[in-house]
Amino acid sequence: MLPSRDELEAALCKRHSPEVHGAISKARIGIAGLGGLGSNIAAMLTRAGASHLTIADFDDVEITNINRQNYYLRHIGTAKTDATEEVLKMINPYMTVVKNKVRLDPYNIPGIFGGCDIVCEAFDVPAQKAMLINTLLEKCPGVKVASGSGMAGYGRSDDIRTERLFADLYIHGDGVDMEGVRGGLMSPRVNICAAHMANTVIALLLEGDP
Amino acid sequence: MKVNGKDLNPVSPMTVEDLVLSTGRVPDRVAVELNGKIVPRAEYPRILLKEDDSVEIVGFVGGG
Repeated sequence: MLPSRDELEAALCKRHSPEVHGAISKARIGIAGLGGLGSNIAAMLTRAGASHLTIADFDDVEITNINRQNYYLRHIGTAKTDATEEVLKMINPYMTVVKNKVRLDPYNIPGIFGGCDIVCEAFDVPAQKAMLINTLLEKCPGVKVASGSGMAGYGRSDDIRTERLFADLYIHGDGVDMEGVRGGLMSPRVNICAAHMANTVIALLLEGDP
Repeated sequence: MKVNGKDLNPVSPMTVEDLVLSTGRVPDRVAVELNGKIVPRAEYPRILLKEDDSVEIVGFVGGG
C-alpha cells in the first residue's frame, strides 16, 4: 500500500529536518527540456522533496534516449512530459507536476516559467540554450537559472564544474561541445552534470548561493 | 573595459556584436551581461561599448 501524504512528509522531515524540507517542498522549480539532464534533475529534486515542478518538452521518448534519460522501455512513444510525470509520481504521488508539451520560444517562456523560483535549462542545442537563458533573464525578473553546458564522454569527472557567471545564472559542465567526444552522451557523466544542477537548485533554495 | 574579468583596450570602437565575434563565438549561442544587466540579443549590434564597461560573455555548447 502507498504511504499517505503525511507519512511521506514525515519521512522527508526526518531525513532532511523540517526546516530544510519546508524550504524545498514549497519552492516552484522549472525544468526546460526532459532529456538526459532534465529527466534526471526532475527525479533527483523529487527525491529531495521538491513538490511543485513545472516541466516542458515537445518530444516523445525514443529508443535512443534510454542510454541516459530517466525513462524505461515501456515509455517509448510516450510524451516525455507524461513519462516524466509517471516516474516522478512513483516517488511522490502527492506532488504537483505542471506539464507543458510545447516547443519553448521567447513568447511562451515567460507565461510557463515566470512564476518559478529557479529554472533548470536542460536543452541540448546551443542556440536553443541561449534563447531560453536570454528570455528568462530578460523577461522573468527574479527567476534564477541553472544551465548545463558540456557533459559528453566518460572519465574526467572532476572537469564538470559549477560556476556563477551572471548575477542570476549558474553554469554546470566542462564547456566542451558533444560533437566529436568519444562515446557521445553517456549516462554517468550526464548524471554528474544533472546532479550539479539539482545540487545548485537546493543550495539556492536553502542558502541563496551554491 | 573588462571582458570576463580581463582588461581589454580595443583600438577602434566596438559594439557588443563585434566583441562577441572577436572572441570567436557565435552571437546566437551566447548570453551577454553588460555592467550586471542582461543584453537583449537584438541590441548586440546597436550598443557601442565604453571604456569603463564590464562585460561577461557566456557561450553554450551542445549536449544535454
